[in-house]
Amino acid sequence: MVDVWLERILFYGLALVTVGSALVVTFGRNLVRSAFALFFTLMGMAAMFVYLAADFVALVHILVYIGGILVLILFGIWLTHRVIDLDIRAGRIQLIPGLILGLVLMGLLGLTIRSFNLAARTPAPYRATASGIGRLLLSTYLLPFEIASVALVVALVGAIVIGRRETSR
Amino acid sequence: MTAVTLPEVLTVAALLFVLGLVAIFTRKNAIGILMGVELVLNSANLNLVAFARFNGLDLNGHVFVLFVILLAAIEAAVFLAICLAIYRRFRDIAADQVRELQG
Repeated sequence: MVDVWLERILFYGLALVTVGSALVVTFGRNLVRSAFALFFTLMGMAAMFVYLAADFVALVHILVYIGGILVLILFGIWLTHRVIDLDIRAGRIQLIPGLILGLVLMGLLGLTIRSFNLAARTPAPYRATASGIGRLLLSTYLLPFEIASVALVVALVGAIVIGRRETSR
Repeated sequence: MTAVTLPEVLTVAALLFVLGLVAIFTRKNAIGILMGVELVLNSANLNLVAFARFNGLDLNGHVFVLFVILLAAIEAAVFLAICLAIYRRFRDIAADQVRELQG
């Protein structure tokens, strides 16, 4: 009984951190602050992955999102503003229509989730997932795996070509 | 009182999805829009992992999450390169300022 309550408190604490910082990401006035709030959202998400028995996915998530994408986003913010902009304001457009659409969509998603009888499903016990994922990647998903590596190379070369400074022409 | 059930996890993911979508709609700055896209992709990942756990820890969902994370990384790199190119040309990356392609 006690461990069930502890589990619920853990999950809802994580959900509170994740959704609360996602609110700052969406509605924050300062773009740099939004990026740092995104850090807490991603960390909370990784913790929820661990809670949902996805240990390998959580590690990859931290490596790629926090180590890669978040740093890219921060550099993107700082490189696309003039140095004199001390506080980087994030303007908003269509706030009221966006909020209405979001609320309607949230209601629809809530109704959809309730309309299926999903609460009766029981969670699987914890076990290590890395070896199973490795086996799947090198057997069933071998072709997508190789295509993904080619896509990565193409995208990196493309990003360098687009992003480099124009030389003398 | 039972442990956390699947609909609760799905509700958290739906909240994140809606927040990301609102960010995409209302942000003016292109990088703010990118942050909204990341939130949306993350909520989809959370759904996949939750369904995997409540379906006898089916690892196919985890492999799919890995591919989504990889595509998100690719997309972020190309997106920021395009942002830098646009900034050099227009000195601004606000979505309502760069309108030269609108004819």
